Amino acid sequence: MSWVGTSVARREDPRLLTGRGRFVDDIHLPRMLHAQFVRSTVAHGTVTGVDLSQTLTVPGVVAAFTASDLELGDITAMLDRPPSEFVPTAMPVLARDRVRYVGEPIAIVLAEDPYAVEDGLDAAKVTYEVLPPVVSDEQALAPGAPLVHAAAAANTLVDVSMFATEGIDEVFASAPCVVNVRTKTGRQNALPLETRGAVANWDARDEQLLVQTCTQVPHLVRTVMAECLGLAERNVRVLVPDMGGGFGLKCVVGREEIAVGAAALRLRRPVKWIEDRKDALTASFLAREQRYDVRAAFDADGRILGIDADVVCDMGAYSCYPFTAGIEPLMASAELPGVYRVPAYRVRGRAVTTNKAPTAPYRGVSRPQIVMVVERLFERAARELGLDPIEIRRRNLITEFPYTGVNGVTYDPGSYLESLDLCERVLRDEDWYSVRDSADRVVGIGYSCFSERTGYGSAAFAKRKMAVVPGFDLAEIRMDLSAAVTVTTGTMSHGQSHETTLAQIVADRLGIDLAQVKIHQGDTDRVTYGFGSFASRSATIGGSAVARAATALADRLLHLGAHLLETTHDQVELHRGSVRTNDGRSVSFEEIADVAYLKAHLLPAGAEPGLTARASFDVQGDGTFSNAAHGVVVELDPGTGRVRILRYVCVEDCGVAIHPQVVEGQCRGGIAQGIAGALFEQVTYDAQGEPSCASFIDYKVPTALEIPEVAIHHLETPCAFTESGAKGAGEGGTIGAPATVLNAVNDALRRTGVELDDTPIRPETVQRALQRHGATI
Amino acid sequence: MKPASFTYHRARDIAGAVRLLAELGEDAKVIAGGQSLVAMMNFRLARPTHLIDLGRLRRDLAYIRLDADGSLRIGSLTTHHEVETAELGPGFQAIREAMRWIGHLPIRTRGTVGGSLAHADATAEWCLLAVLLDAEIVVHGPGGRRVVPAGDLFLGFYTTTLEPAEIIVEVVFPRAARRAALTEFAERHGDFAVVAAAVDLDHGRVALGGVAPAPVRVPEAEAVLAGGRNPEVFAECAEAAAAAIDPPSDGNGDADYRRVLTRTLVTQACEEAMWR
Repeated sequence: MSWVGTSVARREDPRLLTGRGRFVDDIHLPRMLHAQFVRSTVAHGTVTGVDLSQTLTVPGVVAAFTASDLELGDITAMLDRPPSEFVPTAMPVLARDRVRYVGEPIAIVLAEDPYAVEDGLDAAKVTYEVLPPVVSDEQALAPGAPLVHAAAAANTLVDVSMFATEGIDEVFASAPCVVNVRTKTGRQNALPLETRGAVANWDARDEQLLVQTCTQVPHLVRTVMAECLGLAERNVRVLVPDMGGGFGLKCVVGREEIAVGAAALRLRRPVKWIEDRKDALTASFLAREQRYDVRAAFDADGRILGIDADVVCDMGAYSCYPFTAGIEPLMASAELPGVYRVPAYRVRGRAVTTNKAPTAPYRGVSRPQIVMVVERLFERAARELGLDPIEIRRRNLITEFPYTGVNGVTYDPGSYLESLDLCERVLRDEDWYSVRDSADRVVGIGYSCFSERTGYGSAAFAKRKMAVVPGFDLAEIRMDLSAAVTVTTGTMSHGQSHETTLAQIVADRLGIDLAQVKIHQGDTDRVTYGFGSFASRSATIGGSAVARAATALADRLLHLGAHLLETTHDQVELHRGSVRTNDGRSVSFEEIADVAYLKAHLLPAGAEPGLTARASFDVQGDGTFSNAAHGVVVELDPGTGRVRILRYVCVEDCGVAIHPQVVEGQCRGGIAQGIAGALFEQVTYDAQGEPSCASFIDYKVPTALEIPEVAIHHLETPCAFTESGAKGAGEGGTIGAPATVLNAVNDALRRTGVELDDTPIRPETVQRALQRHGATI
Repeated sequence: MKPASFTYHRARDIAGAVRLLAELGEDAKVIAGGQSLVAMMNFRLARPTHLIDLGRLRRDLAYIRLDADGSLRIGSLTTHHEVETAELGPGFQAIREAMRWIGHLPIRTRGTVGGSLAHADATAEWCLLAVLLDAEIVVHGPGGRRVVPAGDLFLGFYTTTLEPAEIIVEVVFPRAARRAALTEFAERHGDFAVVAAAVDLDHGRVALGGVAPAPVRVPEAEAVLAGGRNPEVFAECAEAAAAAIDPPSDGNGDADYRRVLTRTLVTQACEEAMWR
C-alpha cells in the first residue's frame, strides 16, 4: 500500500481540533512585555517631532523607542537590474524623518500588559509637516506628481519591457479582429485569520535572540534580523509555532518583528507583539491593486495572433523583502500568455509607488489578474467573431507538450483541453444551459482555463533577476534507536498539512507506518537554510528534498542491513520496517539502528555511525505547471444587483495528489478567496490617503454563507521531475475564480450591452447595468 | 484594540442602576449585551470611565409576555435569540422572523432588545419594528417610569430622546399585526442593512431603515397601501416609498441605489406579509 495518494487522517488534527495547537499568541514567557506601535496618522509627511515623554509616564509602560533610539539597519529588497529598470527603496524598521503611509510604524511602545501599551500609544505625540499624498497609480504617473521616494522618478520602482516580438505592430495592423480589455483590480488584504505577531527574547546561555513568529519564511526572517541588528546569523534563532494562515502576507519580512527583536535585545526581557485586526487591515501588507490595458489580435477563425499588454501595479510605499516591487509586474509579464499558443507578445510591466500600505505577494501573485484579462480577451473575441466561447479556447489551447511559449517558458505536460472539456460537460449534463436560457431569470455561465507555474527553482527566480534567489530547499532525516524517523525541512506549513503530506512521502520511501514519521519545520537551528513555503513550492521542492533524503536513508539501511545479513546490497529489499533477503532472512530497523549507534564496531569498514541523511532539491528549468478549468453559473437579481452563485465546478490537475483531501481543501479555500476578490473585498483610500477599512464592517470578507459549495473533479498528469510526481496546488483556486465569476456575470449581462471588467463587482454596479438596459431583459 | 480603563459597577436593581447613572453623569454608560458598546470601546471610540452592568437584572427584565389585552411585552434585557426562539403566535410572527436579520447567531445570543433600541442605529431591526408597530418604550429614570411612543424616541444618528439617566426597561407592542414583514439588503449575511423595509398590511404601515438618520415611516407609501392588497398596489406603494425618501450616499450605495433597494424591498415585504 502506498501512503501517497491516500487521504489519511491529518497528523495535525488531534492537537488543532482539540485546542492544543500553539500559536504565537499562546506563548507566555516570564517577565514578558507587550509591544505596539505608534503609527503615522498622515499618508505623506515629514516627521518634525516625536515626543514620547508622556508615554513613559503612563502606568505600566516600561520603555518606548524611536528609530534613533534603536539605530537599526534598513530592510532593502534588491533586484539585479539596472537603474532604468529598478529603483530600490530602503524601508526603515521605524520611520525616521519621513512617513509614507497611514499606519507606518514610528515608535515601539513596551508595557507590562496589552492595555497599558495602548494607553502609551494614546499619550505619544507626533508632529508632521504634511506633504501632498499620492493615492492612485494614475496620480503617481501624472506629470509633476509629488514623489514618494526622491530616487524614484515618476514614482516608478520597476519598469521592464520583458518581451517585444518583432513585427507585432504589423500583426495588429493586419489582423481581422482586435479586441481589448482595460481592467482595474481592487486592493485586497490576504487576511490570514491569525494576524502577524512575534515573541522575542535574548537567551544569554545560547547567545541567541530567540524569535518565535508566524512566518512562511523563517530563514529569511533570521537573515534580515541579523542584518538589521548587526548580529551574526547564529545569534538569531527563528522558531515558528502553529500558524493560522499566511497566503503570502507572511512570506515577506515585516518591520514590526525586527523592532520586537531589537527591543527584546535592548531590554533583555521577552517582548510580545500581536498585530490587532485594525492594524492588520490598514497597516499590514496589502495586495492585488493593478491596472491592465491589453489588446489581442485574432484571425477570422479565432486563432490568436498576438497580445500587447501594459501592466501597472500599485505597490504602495515600499518594496517588500525579498521579492521587491518587481514581483507583480515581472510575474504578470512572464506568465500572461498562459495556456494559449500566442505567437507574438509585447509587454511593459511597471510597479509604481504610492502613499498606501506596501504590498506583499498574495496567493496567485498577478495570475488572478492575467488569467482574468486573457479569459476576457477570448470571450470578447468569441463574441466579435460569432464563435462559441469554449470553442475559441479549444482552438488556441496548448495541446502538445513540452511547449515553449513566446514568453520563453517551457510548459511541461498538462491537461488543458481535457479539463475544459470535462468542466463544460459537467455543466451541460446538469442542464445549467437551459436555466441560463430561461426568459424570466438573469443567469450567466462563465469559464476560465489556466495553468499555474509551481516549483520555481533557482533557475526560474534567477531569470527574474532577484538578488535573493529562493529556489532550492534542504531536508535532513534521522532514524533513532526505536526506528522512529524525524525529518526536518526548510519549508513551512501555514495550514497546508505538511506534517501529513511530507510524512506520506517519507513513509513510502522507507516502507514504514506514517505514525513513525515526524516532520519538523520552522526552526532555523535545525535546518541549515531553507526558503519556507510560498509560490506552491512545498510539495514540489520541499517534497522532493525529503523524498531524496528518505531515499538516501533507505540506501543506508539497505547497505547496513545487507552487511548484517552477510549478503550484498543488491540481494536485499526494504520490507515493513526491516531489511530482508530473497530467501526470507531479515534484520529489523531497530537492530540496524542498534548497531549504527551502539555497536559501531560491527559496521562495515569505513561506514559512518548513525542513521542520518541529508538532501537538497532544486528545479532546473522552468518549473512544473498545474492546470485547471473552472465553470460557474451565476444569477443576477435585478432588484438589488446581487450576484448569486448557483453552481461552481472545478476540474483540477496537480499531477499526483499526495493527499486528495488536502488538494480539495486548497481548491475550496482558494476559490473562496478568488470569489472574495471578484465580488466583495476592497481597501479604498480617500484623497488624503486615509484607508477605508478598519474593521470587517468595511472590509467585506465573504462569510461561509456567501461562498458556494464547489464540485471538484481531478485529472492527473504526473510531473516528470518532482520525486512524487506532484505539482503545486496552493494557488490555483484563487487564480481561476475571479476570471470565471467575471465571465459569468458578463454572460448574464449579455442582453444589456454592458460589460464589467473591474473588480470587485459590487451589487450597485450590477443593478445599474441591469436597470439601464432593463427594457431588453 | 483594547479599551481604555474604566470602573466596573454591577447593578443589583433598576432603581440602583438609575441612581448610579444619575450620580456618575455622562462619563457612565450602562452595558447589557455589549455587542455595540464593547466594539466601540475596543476601538477607543467610546471611553466611558464607568460601566454599569445590567446583567444581574436579567431575572427581572428578561421576559416575553403575551398579555390578555393582546399586547406583547418584552423585557429590555431579553436577547434577540430569545425572541427568535419564542412562541409568539401568528400575531407577532413578523417580529420573531425579523430576528434572523440581526447580525450573526453569537451576536443574537448576547445582544438585547433594550440595548438595540437605546443604541438607535438607523438600520437596526428593533428600531424599525418599534416605529412600524407603534411600540411603547417603557423607561425608568430618576423620576420613576414613563412611556415613550416609538415615534417620539429616535432623534437621529445614534441619538434618542431619552434623558441621560433613563434606562429602557420594556418594549410593548400594543396590538397584533399578523400581516407584517421585515426584509432588508446587505452585501453579506449579518451585515448592517443598506436599506431595510418593513410593512404592516393590517394597519397600513410602511417603515424604512437606512434611508435617513433614523428609521422613518413613509406616509406617501402608506396612503397608497390604503387602496388594497394586490400586486399592483404593492408595486405602486414601493414606487411611492422610493419617491418620497431622500436617502444618503455612502460606500454602501448612493441615493439612487438606495431608492432602487427601497422599491425592491417594500414590494418584497408586502408580498411576504400578504402570504402570512
